[in-house]
Amino acid sequence: MVITDTQNAKVVYERPESLTDISTHYCPGCTHGTAHRLVAEVLDEMGRREHSIGVASVGCSVFSYNYFDMDFVQAAHGRAPAMATGVKRVFPDRTVYTYQGDGDLASIGMAEIMHAAGRGENITVVFLNNAIYGMTGGQMAPTTLPGMKTTSSPLGRDVETQGMPLKMSEILATLDATAYVVRRSLHNPAEIRKAKKALRTAFEVQERGLGFSMVELLSSCPTNWGINPLESLTFIEDKMVPAYPLGDYKVLEAVKAMKVKGA
Amino acid sequence: MAEAALRAGCEAYFGYPITPQTELLEHMAARMPELGRAFVQAESEVAAINMVYGAACTGKRVMTSSSSPGVSLMMEGLSYIAGTEVPAVIIDVMRGGPGLGNIAPAQADYHQMVHGGGHGDYKQIVLAPASVQEAIDLTVLAFDLAEKYRSIAVVLADGSLGQMMEPAELPPMQPLKKGAPEWAVTGEPGRPRRQLTSIYLQPEDEETTNIRLLRRWMEIEANEVRYQGYYLEDAEIVLVGFGTSGRVALSAVRQARAEGIRAGLLRPISLSPFPTEAVKAAAQSAKAMLVVEMNAGQMLTDVKLAVQGACPVDFYGRMGGVVPLPDEVLAEIRRLHANPPADLNGHTRAAWLDRLELVRGGN
Repeated sequence: MVITDTQNAKVVYERPESLTDISTHYCPGCTHGTAHRLVAEVLDEMGRREHSIGVASVGCSVFSYNYFDMDFVQAAHGRAPAMATGVKRVFPDRTVYTYQGDGDLASIGMAEIMHAAGRGENITVVFLNNAIYGMTGGQMAPTTLPGMKTTSSPLGRDVETQGMPLKMSEILATLDATAYVVRRSLHNPAEIRKAKKALRTAFEVQERGLGFSMVELLSSCPTNWGINPLESLTFIEDKMVPAYPLGDYKVLEAVKAMKVKGA
Repeated sequence: MAEAALRAGCEAYFGYPITPQTELLEHMAARMPELGRAFVQAESEVAAINMVYGAACTGKRVMTSSSSPGVSLMMEGLSYIAGTEVPAVIIDVMRGGPGLGNIAPAQADYHQMVHGGGHGDYKQIVLAPASVQEAIDLTVLAFDLAEKYRSIAVVLADGSLGQMMEPAELPPMQPLKKGAPEWAVTGEPGRPRRQLTSIYLQPEDEETTNIRLLRRWMEIEANEVRYQGYYLEDAEIVLVGFGTSGRVALSAVRQARAEGIRAGLLRPISLSPFPTEAVKAAAQSAKAMLVVEMNAGQMLTDVKLAVQGACPVDFYGRMGGVVPLPDEVLAEIRRLHANPPADLNGHTRAAWLDRLELVRGGN
């Protein structure tokens, strides 16, 4: 089909201003791209792109600062919430957020995330949980499902010796100082829409100074799971969601009372 | 030091309690909120240094303080701060070690702070005060140097300075700087985005960074060497000591002078950059040098490298939190004066340990 009527053409889909025009290094079928886009759309819609300072973590998203068109710093492994604390405390009027994976946040960075949440730091944490270490080539993470094979649990995660997955949203929700902690998924369009709305709420929580907000996003890792992108989405739905139930784990009354636009 | 830091315009302090420097954190806990500035008691030294890292990326004057075991935990963050080329001030009030050690004064973190600590090729400015007044002055200087060179500046004190009371004059309160450096990540609208990172995947790019860091360090070496000489003009026995051991050495030198022994002291104030040329110059006319430290001879290596055999270099130190008495150092000066060694064949430290056993037995 040849479109001739450009006069009446309407842009229905374009790159958010908050994303740079750079091809990402993410593997085909990885949901990092989706998560990036959602964060970018939300910051665009809130007009916060030029008022944001992102904190990149260590893992596959180490280069996320290349893809977000805004000020960024890059943290040591697991330390993004501490670094974000440092930034936010001297620039309280900026939108400060971390973008972390499950190895970074739930393993090496457990102390930093717990205490940033415990202090009620007015930052937003975007937490991608794909149950595996991606960047180093598919090792077991604290979030790896029981029986799941990884390069460091070749026979499958043995819960007798390697314990059970850590459920970060549930854990952080128990802390009195957190304002908004929810889990969403990126495995189909309906869930992606919910994820975007949650991200919008989380950033609005920060905007209104209500305290710590985190959105956990169940994500795929086709390369290291050893299955194709489509199967990966099914894996999220069939295996990840039952282990990591989607839902709102902590929503302060003040957050419930907010009227959140968009999405 | 805390009061000096905030008067120097420190806008954020992040720390974790550890003896013998907790008073510094406590002072900040009271004063920073009074001034409307940031104070966070972090969950660990790891978190504290990473909070410093984040705040340093905004171009503000920021700092942390700790003591030896806590500083060990900060090494990761220091390496990142160095690799990202952002300014930060660290106060290390050293205590006895290794391990948990004790809370008594020591200087055993010299290697860690002067020769590395964190991973990768980087150097940091290290300043060693020997009095409360100097601790104040060097804290202010540390902020200036850190900012000027986008470098880490360490004030390396020890437990005795950390717990000492002495008359001293505080600097006037500086007004806070307006605006941010051109590299600072501030989330400021209306300009191209800024990023600060320490990752350079291409080895050539990392090497470019290494070269930039090294060139900046050479500039620091050329401009920022600091030391104080005492009675060096005609000194035959030249002592070299920093911080508290330098102060003890000075007492011994004065007593030796009273006995007619031409002793002198070179006290490095900047341990890094090290006053190599000054030490070398002092060695030319000396019959012997004596390095005095509260460790097993960590600066000794740097002194020997500077002296390059121009004169014998002997050593006296106490370890584990023991502060040497002026009399112990005086005995060493007398020994070197009575029998100036032609050279120190054999193991300097082995001979020192033999002498130390006698001192310890005498105690």
